Amino acid sequence: MEKEITNKNEWPLWEVFIRSKAGLDHKHAGSLHASDAEMAIENARDVYTRRMEGVSIWVVESKNIHASDPGDASSLYEPATDKIYRHPTFYNLPDEVKYM
Amino acid sequence: MQSNTNSESPSSISAEARLEYTLQLADDALIIGHRLSEWCGHGPILEQDIALTNTALDHLGRARSLYQYAAEQFNNLPADAKSKFFTSIALQQLIASGSSIGEDDLASLRDGWDYRNALLLEQPNIDWAYTVARSFFYDSFNFLYFKQLSVSTDATLAAIAAKSLKEVTYHLRWSKEWVIRLGDGTEESHSRMQTAVNDLWMYTGELLSPNNTAQQTGVDSAALKQPWTDIITDVFKEADLKLPAGTWMQEGGRNGRHTEHLGYILAELQFMQRAYPGMEW
Repeated sequence: MEKEITNKNEWPLWEVFIRSKAGLDHKHAGSLHASDAEMAIENARDVYTRRMEGVSIWVVESKNIHASDPGDASSLYEPATDKIYRHPTFYNLPDEVKYM
Repeated sequence: MQSNTNSESPSSISAEARLEYTLQLADDALIIGHRLSEWCGHGPILEQDIALTNTALDHLGRARSLYQYAAEQFNNLPADAKSKFFTSIALQQLIASGSSIGEDDLASLRDGWDYRNALLLEQPNIDWAYTVARSFFYDSFNFLYFKQLSVSTDATLAAIAAKSLKEVTYHLRWSKEWVIRLGDGTEESHSRMQTAVNDLWMYTGELLSPNNTAQQTGVDSAALKQPWTDIITDVFKEADLKLPAGTWMQEGGRNGRHTEHLGYILAELQFMQRAYPGMEW
């Protein structure tokens, strides 16, 4: 596997996602340095689950995350602001429908 | 009525032997915990600094439980046995005053000769390889040892061991992985790892030497030698490290005969309580 290491003295950066006991999904907890995935999981255990925060850990190397360009924000997100009818609260839910 | 059965019930062990044994376990935990805590703020990378601090706290937590149990045992000894058990002056004075002793007194008021930890655990950190090698030898021993101790006939020790086993399992995972990383890493990391292993090897025998009291509570240290050697051999194979050939082993810690390093540890660890007796913060 080829690795892009910008500073040869530094381990690659990883993003850490933790699923808490009560939660169903993994949430971004922060980032850390590690030389490979196995070490990243162990480092995440030591850095981000010390106070009983989690029951499951995902890690992904930061370079593999692709982000939207903040400069595109106006065209990406603003068109949604005047379309409130897309919110489910716009509709009246029949009493028979549970768990929405 | 006198019983001459040779049963394994806890009552068949003398109170002093049981206390002695509890202190061995407690001192091992305190001294390795202190050594690892020396890395706090000095780790090679933030994540590993935290990893070692977590581990140090696991050991200190276990030390506390064991010292509490030891203090309870000590306070139940007859007066005559109490006055003879320790020879450290500060602790003797406290005992002579008639007050009961606690976990802090055991940690802070005993001199080196009253400490029973294995010599391996007081060896200095030196570098990452020495730290990892020392932990790996101890963690793999602990992993096997606490499995047996968790079904000990001594209910308190069994409970402490059961709790510790989960922690120790992680400690072993950490140290094992670092032995492999350094051993199977660069030329320099390999040679540093091999040097550390060679230098610390002579202290491993003491961990595995037979202990009658342990045996009576359900742990046969000598029987752990083979499974321990198997763990070491497997990991060294993966790490491309040579198992040291030396068979001569250094012992003495269990009897209070220590290397020069313990005194420095105690000087740092005990300074506040010696300078300001009974101080709380």
